[in-house]
Amino acid sequence: MAGHKDIIFGLYNDEEIMLDAVKAANADHLEIMDVYTPFPVHGLDPLLGLSESRLHIAGFVYGLLGTLTAFLGMTWIFTKDWPIIFGGKPHWAVPAFIPITFELTVLFAAIGMTVTFYIVCGLGPGVTNEILDNRITDDKFCIAFDKSEVNAGSAESFFAKTGASEVHSKTL
Amino acid sequence: MSHHISPIREPLILGNKSYHDITEDLISPTERTPGFAWIVGFMISITLLAFGLFCIAWTVWHGIGTWNLNRTIGWGWDITNFVWWIGIGHAGTLISAILLLFRQKWRTGVNRAAEAMTIFAVMCAALFPGIHVGRAWVVFYFFPYPNTRGPLWPNFNSPLLWDLFAISTYFTVSLLFWYTGLVPDFATVRDRASGLRKKIYNFLSFGWTGSAKHWQRWEALSLVLAGIATPLVLSVHTIVSFDFATSIIPGWHTTIFPPYFVAGAIFSGFAMVLTLMIITRKILSLEEYITIAHIESMNKVILVTGSIVGVAYLTELFIAWYSGYVYEQFAFFNRALGPYWWSYFGMMFCNVVSPQFFWSRKIRRSIWWTFFLSIVINIGMWFERFVIIATTLARDYLPSSWSYYSPTWVEMGIFIGTLGIFFTLFLIFTRVAPVVAVAEVKSILKSAGDQYTGPNAHKHGHGKANKHGVGNGITPNHDHDAGDRNVKEAVGAASSSMTAARSEGDGASAEMEIDIPDYGGLDDDLKKIEGVGPKIERVLKDAGIKSFPALSEMKTESLQYILDKAEGNFGGNDPQSWAQQAKLASQGKWSELKQLQDRLSGGKY
Repeated sequence: MAGHKDIIFGLYNDEEIMLDAVKAANADHLEIMDVYTPFPVHGLDPLLGLSESRLHIAGFVYGLLGTLTAFLGMTWIFTKDWPIIFGGKPHWAVPAFIPITFELTVLFAAIGMTVTFYIVCGLGPGVTNEILDNRITDDKFCIAFDKSEVNAGSAESFFAKTGASEVHSKTL
Repeated sequence: MSHHISPIREPLILGNKSYHDITEDLISPTERTPGFAWIVGFMISITLLAFGLFCIAWTVWHGIGTWNLNRTIGWGWDITNFVWWIGIGHAGTLISAILLLFRQKWRTGVNRAAEAMTIFAVMCAALFPGIHVGRAWVVFYFFPYPNTRGPLWPNFNSPLLWDLFAISTYFTVSLLFWYTGLVPDFATVRDRASGLRKKIYNFLSFGWTGSAKHWQRWEALSLVLAGIATPLVLSVHTIVSFDFATSIIPGWHTTIFPPYFVAGAIFSGFAMVLTLMIITRKILSLEEYITIAHIESMNKVILVTGSIVGVAYLTELFIAWYSGYVYEQFAFFNRALGPYWWSYFGMMFCNVVSPQFFWSRKIRRSIWWTFFLSIVINIGMWFERFVIIATTLARDYLPSSWSYYSPTWVEMGIFIGTLGIFFTLFLIFTRVAPVVAVAEVKSILKSAGDQYTGPNAHKHGHGKANKHGVGNGITPNHDHDAGDRNVKEAVGAASSSMTAARSEGDGASAEMEIDIPDYGGLDDDLKKIEGVGPKIERVLKDAGIKSFPALSEMKTESLQYILDKAEGNFGGNDPQSWAQQAKLASQGKWSELKQLQDRLSGGKY
């Protein structure tokens, strides 16, 4: 995250209060920068207008890649490159190819999706992100505003109105 | 979060926990220095590991001749142990993946440790194919890579190679699934740490922030990984069973092997999870997160899968007779009456008889019985693989090929060494990572915590947020206004009714008028009621309930209200059965009361 961001954020003690606050922010047309929680809160994503994740589509594509790699690979190896007769089976023994094709589908899908997940989230070994408050991964729910989009005054009155237990500012 | 929770559901988190309590309870074991039990356990398992490494080195140096495998019994303890370890690994994926798809909340108490167990078990299993070959230093030949030997490819038609792909995939997918779940929990550890520990956990947590979009993707990833891990785990042990089923050996060449092996794997896996969890929950004081409800659920799975295994044994016998195929019939005569008859009866007793004990609710909910039976089951499942492999090979088609096998010290040493590897890795895991999935347990608190279930399910239900945080409004220690003082005065009176004022800003508690029946000077020993100790007896008597007949007329909601409002932390106690017990006591039906109390556990049904 290059460049400076001035952030004003409020901490809530309970996710239900935080959800009501997000609804209030939508009603007041205050642009929320992000919401941070200690666990996934159901009902939050549609309120924030988050589009559905497309990871499963990526997973399908990677899986398909695995299927083709396995099946076409074995086909070429056993029909073109070095055909050998194993136990009287035909060279192109499709039923015998099924287990490995299935396994490679799952393997490619899993590895591909997981790596994609970390890349699109900007997470990974060695990545350090600025944490707004250490208690967010414990028991606090955080709504953060960018001061360039929402001025500090309206943010503070918003937090007071919606029952935030603490309000802080930070520059990232 | 807005669906109805039945009040008869057993809570999955005990002790009236708040989110912060959960963090404290589950993360603090990684922050303490190891206790005596851990150090002793670690010393023992490191010793076993070292001896195992020595035996493996001995095998590679001197060759497979140091084992007692011979011309017809080509597979002995090596492959028995391989299949045993893979089977044990199946519980983790089942708990994480399949129970996620079935939306079983109780998985959150055990999934992290079970997945770790899977990874360590698969590592132990993978050792055996690697060292049971003549030239262990070229085992990489198994993998299909372009090489200068032709290129020479492995035989993709062979189940032995399907095994390679299945186990590699299983290990990788389990590792990815486990680690993805760990990232947010490592972030929790990071945010409580300082100095070098903070740097280490910062690296391990990949920069996790808890952002909503990241959680959304995390849940999507977990769901899809669960979806593909489910057919994967079923395929892995199916493919392992193909190592036997695709042969022509009588007793091996049967189509029942795939479902039989998969059921057996889940059976032995859950038994190992229970063995480990019973010890872990005691040492790390996690009984409120890995509850009797969790143990009972796992025992139910053991009962089902153990019964499937038992039915499979009987089916094999039936089909051997029904088919009229003399070689198949002989295979089973040999198992029961041949040179390895003792292993067959060990297997039958341990696997068929022992899980049937879990029909009894009392035994399902007993820690000691569960621990003992889980070990018996694991021993039995080892014997099952030994029976399948060594017994069958010892007496195959040609009598001239018949021989006998017993292991050398090297083979036994390697097996003990894998136990050492497994327990060493598991002990390290308990020090370094939270043993229970912290974020996932927090997400089920409001639907499965004990302050939200039972008679409180309708009162402290969803939508009733508390400004002071979860758990704070329910125990009166945290309330500081006049309303509460009125309650304490009223509770002190021995008169017939009491009301409580609503405390300001606290949406969770409500006014309640309670009528205490007046039985004059009647005074009983309320401690005879299971669930009522001396402190709770004091609370009840202060509220005016002094006798059995009075207690028997109280409604559960009223009793719960009295407990909640009393000074001291009694909100977590469940009075659902007290009125019924008091009724029997007031009528003098002591033996019936005793029978009822035998059925109860801690005063609960």
